[in-house]
Amino acid sequence: MDERRLDGNAVGGLLGEVFTFEATTAEGACDQCGTVAHVGEAMAYVSEIGTVVRCARCDNALIRVAQNPRGYFLDLRGISYLRFESAP
Amino acid sequence: MAGEVRRLPGRLSWRIGEVVETRPATPRTKSLFLEVPGWEGHTAGQHVDIRLTAEDGYQAQRSYSIASAPEEKRLELIVERLDDGEVSPYLTDELRTGDGLELRGPIGGWFAWEAKDGGPLFLVAGGSGVAPLMAMIRHRTAAGSDATCRLLYSSRSREETIFADELDRLTASDSSLEVVHTLTRSQPPGWTGYDRRIDGEMIAEVAPSPDEAPRTFVCGPTPLVESVATALVGLGHDAGRVKTERFGPTGG
Repeated sequence: MDERRLDGNAVGGLLGEVFTFEATTAEGACDQCGTVAHVGEAMAYVSEIGTVVRCARCDNALIRVAQNPRGYFLDLRGISYLRFESAP
Repeated sequence: MAGEVRRLPGRLSWRIGEVVETRPATPRTKSLFLEVPGWEGHTAGQHVDIRLTAEDGYQAQRSYSIASAPEEKRLELIVERLDDGEVSPYLTDELRTGDGLELRGPIGGWFAWEAKDGGPLFLVAGGSGVAPLMAMIRHRTAAGSDATCRLLYSSRSREETIFADELDRLTASDSSLEVVHTLTRSQPPGWTGYDRRIDGEMIAEVAPSPDEAPRTFVCGPTPLVESVATALVGLGHDAGRVKTERFGPTGG
């Protein structure tokens, strides 16, 4: 048995650290054209039904956020990774 | 209520600021001064979200840049009154000293400048897009920064130029701060400055040389921001040093 295999609860603290980053300064890599750019540089389309963040170079939908009264839907399929600095 | 209500920790929680002063900035804009208990401070260029809730529970929220320097105790926001807006007419016409205002922030970090980042600074503003750039100018002064700074600022007229008097005072006492106005609709008698919208030719005349590698911040309506950014890159400026912030179509 692989002792490194835990469950998601074990990374609650880690993900709690990760998901507090300042989003506009994070760099995202577009999974379509490969452009790496700060989220603040991307284009954003905001509407009542949700928000789409698109690559400034190829228009690929990087991030989609939809919201209803009970919560959020976050779709990150358009980015292959996000890079951001750890909190001081 | 279904389940527990979970809130983001810390600064992105909604909280109440107190309106401590409102003051006309121009005929169509107002300065709101807020005190926010426990405010952790901000960086010049950041914004807050303001949320209004109607009696029936309907909510509307908008983003407003912080115009005050981090060194100031009160937050200053500039609100332009849009006649068909959902939020701005309330903020400019109804809000009174002593009222509470729901907000969250400070938000953002990409469109931001600190004195330790150094200069030279080249700032381009259209209308109330001057707000986050004013925070940078005020911070630069408060921090005693010697970074040279040039602001190119488009307004409809002198009376619609937000912070006109303060900018005059600051430039009179600081030889490394320069403000170039363009007045697009009406000009005072004897005006010798620019009298048209910001265009590529104006950018070529006013922008520092790409060799100086200025840190550039552009804020205003989307067409202005995009034309300025395109012109700067065309002149040879490094796109990575040209930071832009657009007013969205959801404004108001």
